[in-house]
Amino acid sequence: MYETTYHRPKTLAEAGSLLAKSDEAKLLAGGQTLIPTMKQRLAAPSDVIDLRHIEDLKGITETPSGGVRIGAAVTHAEVASSDIVKRQLPGVATLAGGIGDPHVRHMGTLGGSIANNDPAADYPAALLALGATVVTNKREIAADDFFTALFETALGEDEIVTAVVFPKAEKSAYAKYPNPASRYAMAGVFVAKLGDGSVRVAATGAGQGGVFRIGAMEQALGSNWSADAVAGVKVSDGDLLADIHGSAAYRANLLTVMAKRAVAAAG
Amino acid sequence: MGAEGIGARVLRKEDRRFITGKGRYTDDMTAPGMGFAAFVRSPHAHAAIKSIDTSAAADMPGVTAVLTGDQLVGDGVGNLICGWMIHSKDGTPMKMGAWRALEAERVRHVGQAVAVVVADTAAQARDAAEAVMVDYEELPAVVDAIDAMKEGAPQLHPEAEGNLIYDWEIGDETATNEAFARAKHVTRMEIFNNRLVPNAMEPRAALAAYDEAEEHYTLWTTSQNPHVARLVLSAFYNIAPEHKLRVIAPDVGGGFGSKIYIYPEEMVCLWASKRTGRPVKWVADRTEAFLTDAHGRDHHTEAEMALDEHNKIIGLRVKTVANLGAYMSLFSSSVPTYLYATLLSGQYDIPAIHCNVKTVYTNTTPVDAYRGAGRPEATYVVERMMETAAREVGMDPAEFRRKNFIRSFPHQTPVIMCYDAGDYEASLDAAMKAADYAGFGTRKAEAAKRGKLRGIGFSSYIEACGIAPSQAVGSLGAGVGLWESAEVRVNPVGTIEVLTGSHSHGQGHETTFAQLIADRFGVPTDSVSIVHGDTDKVQFGMGTYGSRSGAVGMSAVVKALDKVEAKAKKIAAHLMEAAEGDIVIEGGELKVAGTDKSLPFFQVALAAYTAHNLPAGMEPGLKEGAFYDPTNFTFPAGTYVCEVEIDPDTGRTEIVNFVAADDFGKIINPMIVEGQVHGGLTQGIGQALLENASYDESGQLLTASYMDYCMPRADDVPSYKLTTTETLCPGNPLGMKGCGEAGAIGSPPAVINAITNAIGTNEIDMPATPEKVWRAIQAAKMPAAAE
Ligand SMILES: Cc1cc2nc3c(=O)[nH]c(=O)nc-3n(C[C@H](O)[C@H](O)[C@H](O)COP(=O)(O)OP(=O)(O)OC[C@H]3O[C@@H](n4cnc5c(N)ncnc54)[C@H](O)[C@@H]3O)c2cc1C
Repeated sequence: MYETTYHRPKTLAEAGSLLAKSDEAKLLAGGQTLIPTMKQRLAAPSDVIDLRHIEDLKGITETPSGGVRIGAAVTHAEVASSDIVKRQLPGVATLAGGIGDPHVRHMGTLGGSIANNDPAADYPAALLALGATVVTNKREIAADDFFTALFETALGEDEIVTAVVFPKAEKSAYAKYPNPASRYAMAGVFVAKLGDGSVRVAATGAGQGGVFRIGAMEQALGSNWSADAVAGVKVSDGDLLADIHGSAAYRANLLTVMAKRAVAAAG
Repeated sequence: MGAEGIGARVLRKEDRRFITGKGRYTDDMTAPGMGFAAFVRSPHAHAAIKSIDTSAAADMPGVTAVLTGDQLVGDGVGNLICGWMIHSKDGTPMKMGAWRALEAERVRHVGQAVAVVVADTAAQARDAAEAVMVDYEELPAVVDAIDAMKEGAPQLHPEAEGNLIYDWEIGDETATNEAFARAKHVTRMEIFNNRLVPNAMEPRAALAAYDEAEEHYTLWTTSQNPHVARLVLSAFYNIAPEHKLRVIAPDVGGGFGSKIYIYPEEMVCLWASKRTGRPVKWVADRTEAFLTDAHGRDHHTEAEMALDEHNKIIGLRVKTVANLGAYMSLFSSSVPTYLYATLLSGQYDIPAIHCNVKTVYTNTTPVDAYRGAGRPEATYVVERMMETAAREVGMDPAEFRRKNFIRSFPHQTPVIMCYDAGDYEASLDAAMKAADYAGFGTRKAEAAKRGKLRGIGFSSYIEACGIAPSQAVGSLGAGVGLWESAEVRVNPVGTIEVLTGSHSHGQGHETTFAQLIADRFGVPTDSVSIVHGDTDKVQFGMGTYGSRSGAVGMSAVVKALDKVEAKAKKIAAHLMEAAEGDIVIEGGELKVAGTDKSLPFFQVALAAYTAHNLPAGMEPGLKEGAFYDPTNFTFPAGTYVCEVEIDPDTGRTEIVNFVAADDFGKIINPMIVEGQVHGGLTQGIGQALLENASYDESGQLLTASYMDYCMPRADDVPSYKLTTTETLCPGNPLGMKGCGEAGAIGSPPAVINAITNAIGTNEIDMPATPEKVWRAIQAAKMPAAAE
């Protein structure tokens, strides 16, 4: 690790001004990505701004319209065990409970995960499938616009994610095929039937450009919400990732299998 | 025997400090004025070094020195060596390419060290290492052994034309060809044994301190054999004469073979400590471990098995190409030869065997012995062939094995080994019973209802441990003898220290060696301490690898105990005015048989040291040493049965049942043996399903972290069912065979045989990843569409 200066702001405003002051500052949430990257000397921030002591970024609440608001600094373990999330968005609870291992789940946060936008991360699938809204210290960004490319988001230089607001959903479920080594997603599919009856399906771990929606599956489920409806939908492997863990064709197969399992789990 | 003697499940004495975080590892050691080393490593697999500019680095904060290979050679530090000479079949010696601890001219694998920085802190050393400017001219690289032998392949060492290190053979080629000529059936397979990274929990580390006034070095290091390290550092690398070099291997967190060897980094720390005048510490990070710890396996084999009309095996023909990486590591030459081809007879009576082994250089990390070392590769060839042959001739795989078992001992195989004792049918029967083989069909049908493909596979392994009779290995090219030493020191108060040349890095010697004493003298293991891992304390020893600490190390302890016991009995007889032959030892006392006369053990010890009343002419003291040189290898053997369920949608394999029936001979502590088997099986399952060191064509290691290199985790393995059968090894006093590697040796073919059984093919390579299995299932579904 290179030398860096550590800051522990107590408020969002303080964090924002620290961030604006320095070109080379990095926000620190759970540190599950940032710290290993720094240890390997792949990142060399001049300043590290710790978000874990800011009350505004914490807490899980139900919104008046039956959705759920989750603070950016809420850990995966807190999401997985939250009664609100389990009741309103069971797919999100399953997803959070399947991230990494217990250590990672007790450190890693929702905000850190989506800001990082790893193409194999789980949360982006939930946000995209549920049509969630990302709230920052500056504005609100629709999930459809938030995940722009591999490890890229719509966040501006000095922007801090403060919360994610998920809409009310009738059904939600997530099925993940983990990479055997890293246990990130090789193919993860999140299916959702929203309060307005619309169906959205998003896939992670498999796309060359990161998380994406599977239109053909949305259509199939829109007319017939059943595992059988997606069983015949094959995702073209042209835009899928291929690496030492799995070819594009294999990932395409996994997407169909995971979609079936997610729909079955959603009931 | 008593509650803590041979055969008792004594809890591990060392675990108190390990579990409470009080172990003392190399990185826990400090020395006054200590600096830290960081290595500058090649980012290229193959490149000429045009220049190294250290000036910017030398000016960085905290830097004591930046040293390069030219200075190392200038100071007379020797090249790294391979300590086992193998001759090609044409009689020429193996082709050893020059390997410098810091390379100055041409790097041959990613991660090879070209310079070292010593600085006040580890972070400063690393900062400065990044500032060392190396100008490389990239050269084409080759990573695959078969490719390396092709015409036009990049050449690594001028000494080795065509990258060929040796072209070696064993067995009778003519007799084998004759067997194939009259065979009724021939089974042929192409078999790959995947390359593995050892991944000991504690990475390698060294702290070297040079004392200028005494011209004496101390090296704390992560070694499985500190005396061998000292010997090599002294005799070949010109670091210092042996009496001026103390090597200490304190607590060591796992080795699996990777800590047998003397690596560049440890040598460089010693040299740098003298050059800089300050103690130098280096601790590998995980990336360095992936790139520089000797890898394991990496064989490509073509095998043929000849059967007669009764399905008896009459011949085995094997051609293997082994990838030794960029340089010949310390024992690398012996692994694919005498530790591999000599086991190709398996548990079977095979009259004719011929094996040809070619080893080659590639632009990859050097390969050497890794848990099992050659025997897993042999077992994998033999046991996959057995399963496939059985299927091809339509025999039950268990019955096919049974038909071909060796049944009388000693049995001379056509490949040097003479098996001394065993009962292969007993372990097969035990395994089949524990696995409920008879009920498999029902379980398979039930799994099919759940949409799962269930399969069962066998592996009846044999291996050779207790390495090894010194004269025999000497005649085969080994540069050292492979005996072991021990010293038993009884203190005046009756407590006992046992000094051993074996080294524990997870095996539990502090417990099992103490059990030998408890067994002999009836004293509690708490009054025994085991001293090892320090060349100043233990005179000499050969260390721990090849499952030799029991069969060889403990045999030396037994010999020393015999001498102590004889002297103690003499003293007791004298004190109790009885005949020496009438003295028996029971429950911590020396008794005169048939009388009520007795002396506690500690009083006899005290008498030996007060020396007030010893038999005439007897020397005071109660301390004896012994060297034990084995008479033969030992031959642990057994049968493993693996049962899997495969999800045809994803190709994922779940091991639902795993039975291991082992014959390790005499077992000192069943709990520790079970732990060894659990670990070995898990490593073998890791190899079969998950682990693979994968290089891209340019020689970059793609699996250089746990993000990509998949280690087995608890949820990847089942709860094992273990059982043992026992035939005593006739070659050593305790009848022990060894248990440290069997699990890793026997399990991979059992797993693969179960998978191929489930999906109805004979072809699948390790690691059997979900995608490979899924593709095999797809191909089986659509025979026309299969590639
Ligand atoms: C062993 C291991 C296994 C893992 N397995 C999985 C897995 O299976 N699935 C999965 O999805 N993830 C996995 N992860 C990732 C982990 O769950 C975290 O989600 C991820 O590391 C990022 O979250 P964090 O809170 O640790 O963020 P940090 O590492 O602290 O930060 C990550 C990045 O986000 C930025 N950032 C953090 N918070 C904010 C914010 N509020 N606003 C703007 N930018 C911010 C930081 O500056 C940094 O660039 C794994 C991680 C490890 C170490």
